[in-house]
Amino acid sequence: MYDIESLYEAQSVDDAARALAEDPLAVIIAGGTDVLVKLREGKGTPAHLVSIHELGGELAGVSLAEDGTVEIGPLTVFHDVTVSPIIQGTVPTLGEACDTPGGPQLRTSGTIGGNVCTAATSADSASTLFAYGALLDVRSVRGERTIPIEEWYAGPGRSHKERDEVLVKIRIPRERYEGFTGHYFKYGKRRALEITTMGCCCLVKLAADKSTVEDIRLAFGVAGPTPMRALAAEDAVRGMGVAEAAEKIGELAAACTNPRDSWRASKEFRLQLIKEMSKRSLIEAARRGGARL
Amino acid sequence: MEKLREVGRPVPRVDAFDKVTGRAMFTDDLCPKPCLEAKLVHATIGNGRVVSIDTSEALAEPGVVAVFTCFDVPDICFPVAGHPWYADSRAEKRDLADRKLLDDRVRIYGDNIAVVVGEDAVACARGVSKVKVTYEEWPVVYDAQESLAGTEHPVQERCPDNLLAHSLAVTPAEKLAEHGYDSVEAVLSDPRYHHFSAHIESREQSQVHIETCVSYCYEEGGKIVCVTSTQIPHVVRRVIGQALGIPWGQVRVIKPYIGGGFGTKQDVHYEPLNAWICKQIGGRCVKLEISREELFWDTSGRQPKSFDVEASVDDEMNLRARSIVAYSNTGGYGHHGHALVLNSVNSFRWLYHGQEFATRSEAFTAYTNGPHTGAMRAYGVPEGNWAAECLMGDIAYDMGWDGVEFRLKNVYTDAFVDEFTPGGVIAAHTCAIPECVEKGKAYIEWDRKRAEYANQTGPVRHGVGVALFVYKTAVAPFALETATAALTLNQDGTVQLQMGATEIGQGADTVFSQMAAEAIGVDTEDVHIVSFQDTDVTPYDSGAYASRQTYVSGTAVKKAGLTLRRKILDYARFLYPNAQGELTLRDHHVLDALGHPVCDLKTLALEAYYNLSRADQLHAHETVNVHTNAIAGGCTFADVTVDMPLGKVTVNKIINVHDSGTLINPKLVEQQIHGGMAQGIGFGLYEEVQVDPKTGRVLNSTLLDYKIPTSMDVPDLKADFVEKPDPTGPYGNKAVGETPVISPAAAIRDAILNATGVKFYVEPMTPQRLFEGFKREGLI
Repeated sequence: MYDIESLYEAQSVDDAARALAEDPLAVIIAGGTDVLVKLREGKGTPAHLVSIHELGGELAGVSLAEDGTVEIGPLTVFHDVTVSPIIQGTVPTLGEACDTPGGPQLRTSGTIGGNVCTAATSADSASTLFAYGALLDVRSVRGERTIPIEEWYAGPGRSHKERDEVLVKIRIPRERYEGFTGHYFKYGKRRALEITTMGCCCLVKLAADKSTVEDIRLAFGVAGPTPMRALAAEDAVRGMGVAEAAEKIGELAAACTNPRDSWRASKEFRLQLIKEMSKRSLIEAARRGGARL
Repeated sequence: MEKLREVGRPVPRVDAFDKVTGRAMFTDDLCPKPCLEAKLVHATIGNGRVVSIDTSEALAEPGVVAVFTCFDVPDICFPVAGHPWYADSRAEKRDLADRKLLDDRVRIYGDNIAVVVGEDAVACARGVSKVKVTYEEWPVVYDAQESLAGTEHPVQERCPDNLLAHSLAVTPAEKLAEHGYDSVEAVLSDPRYHHFSAHIESREQSQVHIETCVSYCYEEGGKIVCVTSTQIPHVVRRVIGQALGIPWGQVRVIKPYIGGGFGTKQDVHYEPLNAWICKQIGGRCVKLEISREELFWDTSGRQPKSFDVEASVDDEMNLRARSIVAYSNTGGYGHHGHALVLNSVNSFRWLYHGQEFATRSEAFTAYTNGPHTGAMRAYGVPEGNWAAECLMGDIAYDMGWDGVEFRLKNVYTDAFVDEFTPGGVIAAHTCAIPECVEKGKAYIEWDRKRAEYANQTGPVRHGVGVALFVYKTAVAPFALETATAALTLNQDGTVQLQMGATEIGQGADTVFSQMAAEAIGVDTEDVHIVSFQDTDVTPYDSGAYASRQTYVSGTAVKKAGLTLRRKILDYARFLYPNAQGELTLRDHHVLDALGHPVCDLKTLALEAYYNLSRADQLHAHETVNVHTNAIAGGCTFADVTVDMPLGKVTVNKIINVHDSGTLINPKLVEQQIHGGMAQGIGFGLYEEVQVDPKTGRVLNSTLLDYKIPTSMDVPDLKADFVEKPDPTGPYGNKAVGETPVISPAAAIRDAILNATGVKFYVEPMTPQRLFEGFKREGLI
């Protein structure tokens, strides 16, 4: 039994925005896989919920814009992201990442937008969206604006989206994915129903020789309080041979991340994971791009 | 032995259809709703006392009906462990009474200090959040040895040194003298032998049964009725009576189907509080359900333990002496007390005491401010086995011996009699360990893999490992073993079977039905077992624990079955006085000495019910005392891949082979083994209740952070058996319910050792610990 004081079923995005503006205690519920868990823990109770669950027509689905931008409705459940032919043809690593949260039940009820909006560093889609440089469109009664994912996170579990703003679209422009191959590496203590101990997404664009790193993006979840890019590590290996980059990327990545020491995993262990996963992700991403390693 | 017809048949579970179709009724399904609910207020300190509680705001919360605090409850301490009680003549055998319904003395973080009763769960939760508590706070002690060094405020006032119990079993001087020694230490340190020692730890595992602890109580006919998810209904009745200070006959306990217990529900946790609340509010129905999170600290997991072990061994692989000193952390309350660690050190000794000159088993159980603990599947033995097999694995590895050969050289045999148990009751009447090991070796391809995995380099390595185990069946001679079974012949020739022993998901109802059918001479399908226990009508039995029911309660079933069979045949003789020779019952017919049908069973049953001159509803009600025990054993073999840089172990293949005597139902046994193996893999690699030593708070009290292995984490689980009938079991059977959980952890540890050369001594071997081990050894 959950302590929910009110539940408003929004009829449209604008209706949701209005309801959120009218009730300063209202929060959005979509798939419910995070909100209900928190309510069960007694956090945010008594709850005032504005449900966007039924707004699939406006907010669910994946499409490809004429300019090649991949447009993902935030209400798209993880499973539908994974199996979308558009995702598989353009940003397949995001599809891979969306195949890792929880178990099958969660992946058919949890949404990619919720994964971004809860702003957890462990969110499985976050590091990959970070690597792809996603743009996040939000709407409120004040109008619509775009927040680049680099500017989205305000801290652990906090984003710069205002409480009354609704995430309406996740966009990945063509130049941010074209020519890249990638790999998302989720490290959990078990193989399913797992929160990420460390998440690593590596996107690599190889030069024509298939053995030089022309461009690279390396992003992490749980390597810091928010998802993050290892920009210095990227800069250092850009232009390097793939084999050499694979050898060096681990230490470089460790140097620009700052994981926590906690009872879930020690800082030293997390740094070891950052090193090893960076290397393995880069190798796998490069192999997918045609590198021989 | 006469050929068995029903015992040994892989019949489907008698409750399978209802359970898979969702028809089976569990406690919460039966609860008449809407009803009042109760929710506990837990202490937010780990040690100290409650100075005052302000309930006014909570009481003002809409929907809150009542708030009761530790200052309201009767000042009665009661025992909670699911064991037999004893009359005054043997009062020293009683469980210790150190629990109150609610207590102002806070011994553990989350201790129960008040309870809110409300119209629904939300009202209760809101009420709980409004209860204001003032504490006097004292420092927390979590480490057992630190606690035994003394604390300013003893955890339990009547134990000023925090020592719940101490035990020592050591080879007596005259036995030592036979080999020319004057002490165990002298055998251990004899320079002719190789000496080994290790410090080993095991952490708290939680049972994680699907159905949480839930009960509801109401008054009816001047009695308190408690419907509860328990393994031990008759014990619950007694403890409610004790806790409330009312005659036990005024308590009626009903146990429906339950969604697992694994030992949690061998304690009486909240039923007495539930019953007391019900009485305070005029007998209205009130439900008390513990949340998943509360289970981790508010019910009883495995006691965390540490072991210091030593061994000496000669050049021919013969163990000459072993010693174990164990410290067990029972937490703030005694519950099952010292019995758990006794099982640890006893199983350590029994497993390889075949030809040792000397042995020493010492154990301490300490009170601390850690979560209270209790029974969990295999009751201390997995921890002792972990200690025994870490030591054996180290010796084999360091000496360059084949781990299987070394173990077989020292393992117990059918000649084994435990010298420290009075009356020689702990004895192996049979032993199929060598045959079990042969099967395990073959499945895992031991010799081939050992050769293939020799001299590996690189970050990812493979290994095979082995562990053996030993387990006693039931609790004789240490405690009373008694059980009752009742059988009635129905009008249609089928029979009703009523047991005090409980079905807790393990398949008890099915094997009881099979044994009853076997004894009577009917088919299992003819037996209608009453699955629910109701202490007003159900015969007495202490319940499901100790892998005792098939052995002890099964003995009662057999006895009752044979009595009913005799009554049926006697009645046939009354009906057909001229039938030739000795009568038998087979294939639903009474047959004469020549095998000719005399009458069918249905006809006989109708006559028995309605015969105008001699109506007799044929029934049998038999109680047994079982004074024997039977040693079960077996082994695990595992094949693993170790990814050292990631601190990751993958179990590729694993097999358990069991010496459990005759299998009453091979299919059910196989399923028991599968479940136990998965839980054993969890024990070895995943499951640990993590406690903050500064506060005593459980850090990972969710299923997100308390890791049980998923189906993705366990490989195909292979179960096999070697059947040697035990002469003391009702049908040659001995323990199997708990045994599968014992040895997987140690076998995986041995495989990791063989793969990497790294010795791990703390279970579970989590990624964090694996990482630290490989780092320490310079492998990453």
